[in-house]
Amino acid sequence: MPDSLSAQSPPLKSPRVALFVTCLVDLHRPSVGFAALRLLEAAGCRVEVPRAQTCCGQPAYNSGDRATARDLARRILDALAGYDYVVAPSGSCAGMLRHHLPHLFDDDPNTRAKADAFAARVHELVSFLVDVRGVTHVEARYEGNVTYHDSCSGLREMGVKAQARTLLASVDGLTLKEMNEPETCCGFGGTFSVKYPEISVRMASDKTRDAASSGADTLLAGDLGCLLNIAGRAAREGRDIRVRHVAEVLAGMTEELPPIGAPTRVAKPGEGRK
Amino acid sequence: MNVDSPDFKRRAKRALDNASLQTALTATRGAFAARRAAAVAALPEFEALRDAAKAIKDHTLAHLDFYLETYAANVERAGGHVHWCSTADEAREAVLAICRGVDARTVTKGKSMISEEIALNDYLEANGVQPVETDLGEYILQLRHEAPSHIIAPAIHLNRDDWETAFRKAHTDRPADRRFAERRDIMVEAREELREKFLAADVGITGANFLIAETGSSVIVTNEGNGDLTQTLPKVHIVLASIEKVVPTLEDTTSLLRVLARSATGQDFSVYTTFSTGPRQEGDLDGPIDYHVILLDNGRSAMVGSEFQDMLRCIRCSACMNHCPVFFAVGGHSYGWVYPGPMGSVLTPALVGIERAGNLPNASTFCGKCESVCPVKIPLPNLMRHWREREFERHLAPPVVRANLALWAWFARHPAAYRLATRAASRAMALAARGRGAFRRLPFAGGWTGGRDFPAPEGETFFARYAREQRRKR
Repeated sequence: MPDSLSAQSPPLKSPRVALFVTCLVDLHRPSVGFAALRLLEAAGCRVEVPRAQTCCGQPAYNSGDRATARDLARRILDALAGYDYVVAPSGSCAGMLRHHLPHLFDDDPNTRAKADAFAARVHELVSFLVDVRGVTHVEARYEGNVTYHDSCSGLREMGVKAQARTLLASVDGLTLKEMNEPETCCGFGGTFSVKYPEISVRMASDKTRDAASSGADTLLAGDLGCLLNIAGRAAREGRDIRVRHVAEVLAGMTEELPPIGAPTRVAKPGEGRK
Repeated sequence: MNVDSPDFKRRAKRALDNASLQTALTATRGAFAARRAAAVAALPEFEALRDAAKAIKDHTLAHLDFYLETYAANVERAGGHVHWCSTADEAREAVLAICRGVDARTVTKGKSMISEEIALNDYLEANGVQPVETDLGEYILQLRHEAPSHIIAPAIHLNRDDWETAFRKAHTDRPADRRFAERRDIMVEAREELREKFLAADVGITGANFLIAETGSSVIVTNEGNGDLTQTLPKVHIVLASIEKVVPTLEDTTSLLRVLARSATGQDFSVYTTFSTGPRQEGDLDGPIDYHVILLDNGRSAMVGSEFQDMLRCIRCSACMNHCPVFFAVGGHSYGWVYPGPMGSVLTPALVGIERAGNLPNASTFCGKCESVCPVKIPLPNLMRHWREREFERHLAPPVVRANLALWAWFARHPAAYRLATRAASRAMALAARGRGAFRRLPFAGGWTGGRDFPAPEGETFFARYAREQRRKR
C-alpha cells in the first residue's frame, strides 16, 4: 500500500525526544536511563536530557498534596517544552504526565491547554518504540526464561501489554514464560509500600510465587518501583530469580550490569546468584 | 453500625495472620474475576452497555429530586407508603413503628446492605422484634453474630467447616451425628429451618437493587429465591433502599440488569429478578397487605454536586472488590464498616466522615483494576485520591508524613540542590551496601525492610554519569 493511503501519519524521520529519566532511575538505577537512550537512538531519535527535570510529582499528587503537585507540574511543562516527544522508562511516571498532570489545571484554562498539548506528546518507552517508531526487533541477546509483569499504570493508563512481548520475542536466546495473573499489582503503590508494609509484602509474595512457578529465571517489568519491590521480596525469600527493567534486556545491557538487588562484587563459585 | 475503620492497620495485620481466613480468601480469589471475564467475553456489546449504564445513572443523578418524587408518587398511587429518612436513626424508628403497628414478633429479611448501614438487627432485637436473615450467607452470619465481609457474598470469609460448626451449634434438635457430605446438605438444612420462619413472619424486609420512578416498583435480584418468600408471604413488606437506587424507567432497569449480574457473579442474569409494586391488589392471589418504602439519605444527598457524586452511580455489583488484590489480602472485615473494597474506600468516608475513615482511601496502590471492571465506570482511584486531598487539606495525615513530603518537595523544586542530594544519597547507599546488592535493614526504613530487602543503588546518579559521559564526548 502506498504510504499516502496508510491510516497513520508517517513517523517523523528523526524526532527530537526529551528523555524523562524519572527520579527512581536517576537515583537508583541510572543504567535504565542509558538503556532508554540507546534504544531511542537506535530507533532514529535525537535524544536530549533536559537538566531541569526532577520528579513527575506523584509522591505529592497521590498523598493529596495538590498544591505541590501543581507546582512541580508547572516546572515540568517549562523544562520539557518544545520537544516532539517526551519519553519515560516508566508507565507510572508517563501515566502521571499524560493523564493526570492536565487535570491539575482544570481551573486554569490557559495552562490546561498547554498541559493537554504537552500530555499528548508523552509516551512510555516500550510502547513508544513499537507504536510510534514502528520498532519490531531489537539487536540483543539474553539467555534465559523470562516472565513479564504488567505494571499497573503502564498497562491500564498507557496500554503497554503486547509491545513489550513483541520486542522481547525478538531477543536472541530469550524464552517468554507467562506467569499466572501477570496483570495483578505487585503491591508497590508508591508510599503504600511503606504505609501498609504488611499488605504490600503479601502482594509482593504472591507475585514472586507466581513468577517462580512460571518456570522463569528472570522477571522483567517496565517500572522501577515495582521492580525494587519484587526484587526486594525475592531476595528476602531467597528466591533464585533475576529481576531487571525490561529496557536493560532490550538494549542488550545485561552483561554490564548485575540484576536488581544482586551483589556487584564477583561471587565465588557456589555463592550468591547465578 | 460501629465504625472500626480507624483500626484498619491492626485489623489488616490480624487478617493476614489468620490462616483460616486466608484459606477462605484463597479459595475464592480469582473465581469471581474468571466468571466475569467469561460473561463479558460472551457479550460483544458489554463495553457499550457500560457506557449506557453510566449515562443512565448520570442522568438520574442530575435530576435526582425529580425522579425521587416521581417514584414516591407512583408508590403511593399503587397503594404503598414512602418514608423519607435523612438519618439511620430515622430509618430504624420508621421500621420499628411499622413492625409495632402490626404487633410483629418476627421479621424475615432478604439481603440488604442498608440494613447493615443502619444496624437494624440489633435495634429490632433490643425492641422485642426478632429479625431472621433468609439469605444463606446472611443466615449463618446471624448465627455467628458477625457482619458481612462482602456485599454480595457476605460469608466469603468462612470455610465449609465453619458452616458445619455453626449449624451443629444452632440446630440442636437435629441428630448430632448427621453428615454434611456436600455443600447441598448445608443448603437443605438451612431451607428446612427457614421454611417455618417464612410462614410465621409478620413482616418481610428486603433491600432494593433498583427503584423504578415511572412505575413505583422496587427490584431485587437473588439466586436463592429467599427474597420472594420474604416479600410475598408476610402481611407487610418493607423495602429498605437508599436514594441513589432510583432509575427513571423499566427500560433503564433492564439495561442496568444486563451489566449487574455479569459484573457481579458472571451470570447473564441472576436466578430470580423480582419486581414489586405496592401491596396486594384486588384479584391478586398473594402479596402483602401493606407496602412500605424506607428511603434513606444518610449523607448521600451531600455527595450530589460534589467531587464524589460519581460514587452514587454504584449498583453494588462488587466487581471492584472481586478484582482487588488488597481486598483479597485482608478480607472485608478489615475495612471496619459496612462497605469493603474500593467502593467502600470511597463511600465510607462520605458517609461516616474522612476523620474516621482516612485509612481506607490510603490503603490502595491505585492499581486501577477496580475502575477497569466497574460497570458504571466510577473512577475509584481518582475518588480515593480526592479523599487524600481532603485529608491533606485538613491536616489529618500524620505530621511526619507531611514533613517528609515537604522536605522532598523542596528538593524537587530546586533541581541543582536535588542533583547534589541525590548524588550524595546514591553514593552513600552504594558504599554502605559494600557490593552486597541489597540491604536487609536500613535506618528509618523499617516499613520497607520488615519483609523485604532494599536493593542497593548503582551508586552514581543518572545525571552525574550523563554529565561525565557528555564531557568525555566533547
